[in-house]
Amino acid sequence: MPITIEMPKLSDTMTEGTLLRWIKKVGDSVEVGDVIAEVETDKATMEMEAFDEGTLAEVYVEEGQKVEVGQKLAILTGEGEEAPKPQNGSKKVSADKTEKETAGEPSTPEKKPSVKEPVHSAAEVTPESPKQSAPSAETSQSRPKASPLARKVAAELGVELRQVSGSGPGGRIVRSDVLSVAKTEPKIPEHPKTAPEPEALQTGQRIPLSGMRRTIANRLLESKTTIPHFYLQAEIDAQPLISLRQQINSAAEAAGLPKITVNDFILKATAVAAARVPQANAAFAGDAIIQYADVQLACAVAIDEGLVTPVIREAQRKSLSQISAEIKDLAARARSKKLKPEEYQGGTITVSNLGGYGVEQFFAIINPPQSVIVSVGAIVPKPAVNTEGQIVAGQRIVLGLSCDHRVVDGAIGAHLLAELKRLLETPALMLI
Amino acid sequence: MPEITYREALRTALDEEILRDENVVVIGEEVAQYNGAYKVTEGLWKKHGDRRVVDTPISEAGFIGMGIGAAMLGLRPVMELMFWSFAYVAFDQIVNNAGCIRYMSGGRVHLPIVIRGPANGGTNVGATHSHTPENLLANNPGLKVVTPATAYDAKGLLKTAIRDNDPVMFMENTLLYGEKWEVPESEYLIPLGLADVKRAGEHLTLIAHGRAVLTCLKAADFLAAEHDISVEVVDLRSIRPLDEETILQSVRKTHRAVVVEENKPFCGIAAQLAAIIQEKAFDDLDAPIGRVSALDAPAIYSPPLEKRQLPDPQRVIAKVLEIC
Repeated sequence: MPITIEMPKLSDTMTEGTLLRWIKKVGDSVEVGDVIAEVETDKATMEMEAFDEGTLAEVYVEEGQKVEVGQKLAILTGEGEEAPKPQNGSKKVSADKTEKETAGEPSTPEKKPSVKEPVHSAAEVTPESPKQSAPSAETSQSRPKASPLARKVAAELGVELRQVSGSGPGGRIVRSDVLSVAKTEPKIPEHPKTAPEPEALQTGQRIPLSGMRRTIANRLLESKTTIPHFYLQAEIDAQPLISLRQQINSAAEAAGLPKITVNDFILKATAVAAARVPQANAAFAGDAIIQYADVQLACAVAIDEGLVTPVIREAQRKSLSQISAEIKDLAARARSKKLKPEEYQGGTITVSNLGGYGVEQFFAIINPPQSVIVSVGAIVPKPAVNTEGQIVAGQRIVLGLSCDHRVVDGAIGAHLLAELKRLLETPALMLI
Repeated sequence: MPEITYREALRTALDEEILRDENVVVIGEEVAQYNGAYKVTEGLWKKHGDRRVVDTPISEAGFIGMGIGAAMLGLRPVMELMFWSFAYVAFDQIVNNAGCIRYMSGGRVHLPIVIRGPANGGTNVGATHSHTPENLLANNPGLKVVTPATAYDAKGLLKTAIRDNDPVMFMENTLLYGEKWEVPESEYLIPLGLADVKRAGEHLTLIAHGRAVLTCLKAADFLAAEHDISVEVVDLRSIRPLDEETILQSVRKTHRAVVVEENKPFCGIAAQLAAIIQEKAFDDLDAPIGRVSALDAPAIYSPPLEKRQLPDPQRVIAKVLEIC
């Protein structure tokens, strides 16, 4: 009986996935455990394995196409079986076409879409996804013979088993083979050389990386190792902000409106400041700098498995109360894992606030491809010098700025920080 | 520390326990006046008298049943079988009565009995005297099975077995009775269900029980010297309860395992261990689990062939090299 292969649910939050690449082509024989395709979920690129054996008779989804969980992707047939007619709406990709594409294009699929490739537009490949290497030209038809440990280690290190030659009995790939390939391969972002060997850990537990953890690890390592960070810091008088907030909130309470948080003010100030200093609301693009027209304001939200940065769209156009309502909704849905990918992608500048944890000051790692992240500390009562030169009890907050020096020079960063300081110390300006 | 034989270690354990607890009594064929078929009980009858060391007729079903009855009434009998092969005529007593009474009495009746004797091939005593029933007995929940490989383990485990409140099947080896090991004179006990890493290593784990442990240690010496393969040897010491943690810890360290036994391969101890390891440490395995067992035939009587039947260091070495 022909077996239907459907888009699997590869993470709790996954509702749809992008079929990045067919590893198996129409006509290929498939064994249980073979990787059939690469699927990009909301969090990571994952390999889709076969749970049955047979011949890949038809595929209904093109590379680069977004597909809902449960939707039919392909048909596996046994010997002498024919694939059933495709259902309404599901498009069939012919064997000829698929083969021609692979034969003609051994280059990386994530590069600029070629003329021949049908629907693979840049917009559909989210910039956040960790990229896989190009398909090997002589992709082996059969499942490589590897020990369970070698498979596990290969998956952890991101080593493609087909590129490893086995030194074990009968050519079996064993752990040391994978490790030697991993050592020679330059791009293993998950395992920097300084990481301790797993064997060195005598006690404790081994927690496999979740898709989110892997993405965080890849992206922040990439950020910290490839972006030339520099840091600026300013202490801000939070007294006016506290007073205004009290005023607004007591009025809001009386009117039955939701309260405004300190973080809402900071988000609003960042949106306004970034719009006024557009050089900082920008990204490095290799041979150019992209200056964004709008401030897509990302805000780091801690959740159980890690963190996400939901984005307030065109934040520079939104009022304090709009921003407040929006981030409240986004954060709540982030915690219940209900965010859609488009709600946490495409930010242009990020705010990370650890004030709620009592942190006084810190510098966050830039969230690429952005150029600036604002780190917000707690409001701390401490002695301050007032305009008359007297020492008085003050309410102070420290803002940190981490900047990508390829895009933002010191003076621009300082300008942005000065704007933030001015807005937060005269918060009524933000209400105009 | 004095070196004593495996036989002396067992005798000292019996002697000390007879002195320690008035309920301990040694019962079996020729254990008293003849000093034991294999001289394990030598001198005990003379020292402790015929209320503590009791000869029986050649009737395993009868005297094992008697021992079980005595244990139900509060004694701690240590029953000697001249060979564990003779337990087969007493299987109803051992499996149905000893093994099930605690469960069937709702936990009200405990059965503190030890049944001990040699369970090994390789001595040219024929098929009906060479059985290794540790797998058969361990297959019965309610029975404990212990298989010491050294004099030290034999003494510590026998004392613990006598003090245990459940039936313990204690399997010795006639080829080891005359072998010597260091054994402390002061009292010590070895808990049941605790494996012992007899040799630490990095590249592969040999798991064995009974005399096969010594075979493994010899193979490990050779592999280290000739092949630069560092082998860890885990001695199970007790088959049931089984110390899974030590086995899995070792396999997670070395990533390769070969199970060695003088038991038969079909439904044997090695088969059970291979199942446990693949289930609980699959992702840690860098090679298939190897097994080295007795050749799957009744104990061969022809001496040249009999020599080949039990695992020897050469067979262990060959299996290790096959998977490394």
